[in-house]
Amino acid sequence: MSVRQSLLAILDQGPCYGYQLRSEFDRRTGSTWPLNVGQIYNTLDRLARDGLVGKLEANRSGPESAGQIYFRITEAGRSEVAGWLGSPVERTAATRDELAIKLAIAVTLPGVDIARVIQVQRAATLRNLQELTKTKNATGDPETSENLAWLLIVDSLIFQAEAEVRWLDHSEARLARASADGHAAPLPLDTEIPKRGRPSKAVSA
Amino acid sequence: MSSGGISSDVLLQLDGISMHYGKGETAVTALSGVDLTVHAGELVAIMGASGSGKSTLLTIAGGLTTPTSGEVIVEGQWLSTASAAGIAALRRRTLGFVFQDFNLIPALSALENVMLPLDLDGWKRHKARSAAMEALRSVELENRANHFPDELSGGQQQRIAIARAVVGTRRIILADEPTGALDSTTGEVVLRMLRKRVDAGASGVLVTHDARHAAWADRIVFLRDGRVVDESVGQSVNSLLTPVTGP
Repeated sequence: MSVRQSLLAILDQGPCYGYQLRSEFDRRTGSTWPLNVGQIYNTLDRLARDGLVGKLEANRSGPESAGQIYFRITEAGRSEVAGWLGSPVERTAATRDELAIKLAIAVTLPGVDIARVIQVQRAATLRNLQELTKTKNATGDPETSENLAWLLIVDSLIFQAEAEVRWLDHSEARLARASADGHAAPLPLDTEIPKRGRPSKAVSA
Repeated sequence: MSSGGISSDVLLQLDGISMHYGKGETAVTALSGVDLTVHAGELVAIMGASGSGKSTLLTIAGGLTTPTSGEVIVEGQWLSTASAAGIAALRRRTLGFVFQDFNLIPALSALENVMLPLDLDGWKRHKARSAAMEALRSVELENRANHFPDELSGGQQQRIAIARAVVGTRRIILADEPTGALDSTTGEVVLRMLRKRVDAGASGVLVTHDARHAAWADRIVFLRDGRVVDESVGQSVNSLLTPVTGP
């Protein structure tokens, strides 16, 4: 989660203090990823350490700014924002998807009704999809930028859920084919003992 | 025949529907003991892989196909005891179909397409026109009443088809992949219209293979090999939007 870059991008709009940054982040993301002020200030400290933001001298006017420490973005920070917006998000954990691992393990176990495992998951994912769609339908067409940002996040969740259902459908068909071809037998424990692992205590003679 | 024992807000009921093609060793079972009840104000999606029987179920629900066994009850009327003319009248007055390829008549304007079932049912011209305009308004296309199908976008044509499906006294919409020929955004507009009509008191059965479209329904029924394997209804959205960790 690129909180660091997100906060920097907001600071690119003008100096902010910690609580203000949290509020700006919330309204741009539909409060789907609430941050506490401690996280905000920790991130700001690291950004300052890396020279991406600086503390603003206390010369801002107005009672609302009294006692607040403002942060402003540096040129290096702007460069970081531009780099972030111009590069893809790396999804390094793709092969560690919990559901994929669960199915992969389940298909190797004897006595597991894998079709049922898939159906239970699909029903749950569809329920999520239904509720997200209700939320979207109730929101209607975006009339403000905040509304638009919120709908983008809801759409993202909708498409992720849809992709999961499609993958489950595909897995179901693949398993049916494998089963028909006799390639879906469970995996028994390997009788060849792994060479590595905790050594057993030596048995005294 | 009346519908004793059926709740008054049930618009469509299928009891123990089975459909077999052929006989003996070559017999194919398309549907096997399917039950389905659709209430007023309810949209039910039917999902399933190709060949699962979902489109067959829709044609049976609409009286286009007679099941091998089981009963279809539309607004209290048993189709098994209705004459062919009676079923045809039911299709004109109660049921409306929406297909993937719109099925509008190219030589008729949007208004005339929507009026068609009322014309066939013998409505007076001015009453049919008034009802058709109301249906067009419900899909926000009253300003396209005099346009012909080839002057309308795919999404607009499908909205005309929805208006035709609910014109006059029609309250049951049977939609078979209604967004299949539309892009994602346009498909969403059509589904929003369908949802709106159902929320206004109609009922709908939506056949789709697309989970994102099925999610517009109140209930999702899964078919596999002609049998209902599961039904899904919505749950709280809060758990979906609550994050699990910080940055």
